[in-house]
Amino acid sequence: MQDVNIKIIDRDGVKHDIVAPTDMAMNLMEVVRSYELAEEGTIGICGGMAMCASCQCYVKSEHNLPEMTDDEDAMLAEAFNVEDNSRLGCQIQITPELEGLEVELAPED
Amino acid sequence: MITTDILIIGAGPTGLFTVFEAGLLKLKCHLIDALPQPGGQCSEIYPKKPIYDIPAYPEILAGDLTDNLMEQIKQFEPGFTLGERADTLEKQEDGTFIVTTNKGTKHHAKIVAIAGGLGSFEPRKPKLENITNFEDNGVEYIIKEPELYRDKNVVIAGGGDSALDWSIFLADVAKSVTLVHRRNEFRGALDSVEKVQELKDAGKVKLITPAEITGILGDDKVTGLTIQKKGEEPFNVETDHFIPLFGLSPKLGPLGDWGLDIEKNAIKVNNALDYQTNIPGVYAIGDVNTYPGKLKLILCGFHEATLMCQSAFQRIFPDKKYVMKYTTVGGVEGFDGTKKEAPKAVVKAIE
Repeated sequence: MQDVNIKIIDRDGVKHDIVAPTDMAMNLMEVVRSYELAEEGTIGICGGMAMCASCQCYVKSEHNLPEMTDDEDAMLAEAFNVEDNSRLGCQIQITPELEGLEVELAPED
Repeated sequence: MITTDILIIGAGPTGLFTVFEAGLLKLKCHLIDALPQPGGQCSEIYPKKPIYDIPAYPEILAGDLTDNLMEQIKQFEPGFTLGERADTLEKQEDGTFIVTTNKGTKHHAKIVAIAGGLGSFEPRKPKLENITNFEDNGVEYIIKEPELYRDKNVVIAGGGDSALDWSIFLADVAKSVTLVHRRNEFRGALDSVEKVQELKDAGKVKLITPAEITGILGDDKVTGLTIQKKGEEPFNVETDHFIPLFGLSPKLGPLGDWGLDIEKNAIKVNNALDYQTNIPGVYAIGDVNTYPGKLKLILCGFHEATLMCQSAFQRIFPDKKYVMKYTTVGGVEGFDGTKKEAPKAVVKAIE
């Protein structure tokens, strides 16, 4: 088992250094929820199906993330506050390659 | 005034199943939901997605789960107030409640069961500074009355099913329909995408992509919009209506002002007993409630609904003796006069 260190800037601009497990089949949205970095009910509304954009985040580091699926791409096309580095947290699985990842949560709709 | 025994706020799976459990106890139910159809998230967000943890269903589509629940409860003849949001709760002197919706519909009930999920679904509004000034004055997030658009110029924004479907529908009604989307690709049923392509080719729908609405023009009514195509100078178009269709997102909303104990956007309940809230006679079940160890699962909502109905029965009839009956033994007697029951065994001698 290997944990990765991730920096997450919450919606109030506070930076959190957290440790995320790679062996729990967790995604970034679930990590945010497990550390309660966003208010319950404001993130992961669709449960992680890329069908809402409540887990949108901005990727601040230069990590090679898995490519977007059509679903994620289409959802971001309808979301607000989208930037070039926007991703849906629920579509980013926690893997060893994410060591040092830095993301910022997008504002609530 | 609509009167009922149990007023259920939220017509998702938990709310619907409550009708069944209440019906077994001969209690009548009425449901309020902000969405125009029952099913909650299951029909609004993911009707075509499978669910794998409904007991005895190895796999079931969320839309089918809703259909099955509607079939299961139909003999208990639930009433529905759909497309309206429960806004206020007033406790009466006799311990009953009056719940009024945003459209003024009043409901009088002995028991209130809040099965509100993540809250009522509200349209997602684009981030345009002055948009609220134009609401119902040319900006509509939900199309309620298509005739409003007859012979008018309409701009629709969005890239999903509702943007496509309404573009198709209004092409025959409005003077002109313009569809604006941030991408060239649309996410919707294939035949809707193809139909819009046909209408575009026939000159009946104007497509502006990839583009975004960046401003609304007009004094007290919408007269035009500023549209920005990617990498180009913004330009203005004249229009009578702007219909942004960016989906719905749930908000706890007015429920938050009912004097209920709220923690983490959920209603605190007594899970040791009956899922009652801090207001006696008001229960909260399903995703909307919270207690130590809470899991937001449909199957947990079903369990909570079942226990809640027993408690509601005792509250309504404090002196009545009651024992729980298995449906296999007692059958299911509907309010519509139907009765489902196990077939009687044949007793016959073998010669």
